[in-house]
Amino acid sequence: MEQFKSPQNQNNKTNLAKKKKTSLLHKFRGNLKYQKYLFVYTCLLLPIIFYLGIRILPTLFTFNVGFRDWNLLSTDIQPFVGIENYVTLFQDEIFIKSIFNTLIYIILGVSGQLLFGIIVALLLHKINRFVGFFRVIYFIPYVTSIVAISWVFQWILMGNGIINDVLVNLGFPAQPFLNSPDQAIYVIIAAMIWQSIGFQMVLFLAGLENIPEMLYEAADIDGATGWQKFWHVTVPLLNPTIVFSAVIGTITFIQVSFTQVINMSMDGSGGPLNSTLSVVVYIYQLAFKQFDMGLASAATVILFLFILALTIFQMKVLTKKFDY
Amino acid sequence: MRFRRLLPYLLLIIGSVIMLFPFIWMVSTSLKAPLDIFNLSIIPENPTLANYIKILEESMFIKWFMNSIIVALITTISVLFFDTLVGYIIAKFSFVGRTVIFILILSTLMVPTEMLIIPWYMMSSEFGWTDTYWGVLFPGLMTGFGVFLMRQFMEQIPDDLLNAARVDGMNEYAIFFKIAVPQVWPAISALGIFTFLSNWNAFLWPLIVIESPSLRTLPVGLSFFSSGEAESQWHLIMTGATISVIPLILVFILLQRHIIKGITLTGMK
Repeated sequence: MEQFKSPQNQNNKTNLAKKKKTSLLHKFRGNLKYQKYLFVYTCLLLPIIFYLGIRILPTLFTFNVGFRDWNLLSTDIQPFVGIENYVTLFQDEIFIKSIFNTLIYIILGVSGQLLFGIIVALLLHKINRFVGFFRVIYFIPYVTSIVAISWVFQWILMGNGIINDVLVNLGFPAQPFLNSPDQAIYVIIAAMIWQSIGFQMVLFLAGLENIPEMLYEAADIDGATGWQKFWHVTVPLLNPTIVFSAVIGTITFIQVSFTQVINMSMDGSGGPLNSTLSVVVYIYQLAFKQFDMGLASAATVILFLFILALTIFQMKVLTKKFDY
Repeated sequence: MRFRRLLPYLLLIIGSVIMLFPFIWMVSTSLKAPLDIFNLSIIPENPTLANYIKILEESMFIKWFMNSIIVALITTISVLFFDTLVGYIIAKFSFVGRTVIFILILSTLMVPTEMLIIPWYMMSSEFGWTDTYWGVLFPGLMTGFGVFLMRQFMEQIPDDLLNAARVDGMNEYAIFFKIAVPQVWPAISALGIFTFLSNWNAFLWPLIVIESPSLRTLPVGLSFFSSGEAESQWHLIMTGATISVIPLILVFILLQRHIIKGITLTGMK
């Protein structure tokens, strides 16, 4: 509210000033307009060149390359081959596997970080002391380098690493973790969740603080249990935060999955047995190990459509209207 | 009753241990001699800085660190300047082509970076940008997200405030820097922190565009170091990881209030 008062005053002042300077203003109006346009277009010149040259045209170029047989090693001709690259990709078992893995990364990873983010935020909301202290601790992994953290996890989880030592000392069998085609992907997902809890916690904490205390009091009067209050007051009112977090989480996960897989998987390229291979890692291999730009571009187009569909799906399914 | 009040603290402490343990173990391993690293003690029995000395002398961590700082700083400054300016212009001026330009910029938000690396790589090799700072930098100089964010904040500045300055004879550049920018300062600092962090951690593009070891950024350098020259020498890998992680944690603890406020601010938009 206060923000709006000061411009009002300003407005009155300018009105007074305007009356005095009408004749002057008349003279300057043409000049002012010219100056405005000059300012707008000079400032937009570089950004327009940037967005066209480095974002829009390259995007269109990728679509184009996807329809061609384009290998960097045989540079001479890049014949148009229609949808051949797409057909090849969908017949490629490894590509299908990488899409499937990416879905697992997103579904488990994003729901995991939302769940733990909410839990930590709720716990922090309940306590009065040391809130700032805990918030800093939970947030630290988010600001640290993913590459460094991936290697730390490799070290902790290796065959004779500390976790297995503790397991054996407690009488459990040692686990292969990243060496096992069945466990590796879940270990990587756990590391991704571990790293992003802090970010989600901050968002949810802000969401929780925006819920009016009044609503909980009303629920108390109606005799609601803690669980009922959570499902019928907290969750619906956090809905916008949940949608935002899910969409952001998905987009960052797709990127992070590359860094994490390259640095955490045993062979540095999605192993063992391609069990941790994500789409982005596969695209990287196609483009920069096999130099098959046509196939790689077609794969990025599929990734683009995949993300688009997922985002629309999340917005539709997660956004709900609640009545009070 | 007392237990119920203490339970959240208990759970949060258990969680904190899980959050901090990897860092503690990392630092602990980096302070151990090669023979001691499989020893389970968290506090090293014979702590040594030998690993740090070896790494700083024999590999290029300092160089990589500086490269990362240069890349992240230049990108952040460029993003802050251009995104704020474009956001301001789109929010506060009406001119021919405004909607088209805004839609054009917004549409770039839908395209994942992964889709652009192939044309960027071809462009870079065509123009000789591979293996240069410019090659690492150019894709990130402006962001659609930043323009969108700044437009949201700039729209809240009352037009009368800007017009009053115009009547007073201020030129448009001065109005932007002296009137508009101070009004949205919290949003600018939030955008700055995000941009710096994501460029500091960028991995995919620097990995592709840089060939010579001396131009690597810290994440790329650490990755090659860990899988190459220091393979399986975990005391050295953990030392490298510590060098790349600790400075950022310290900066974060110093600036944590601003950072957390910044995320809250952008998240609520």
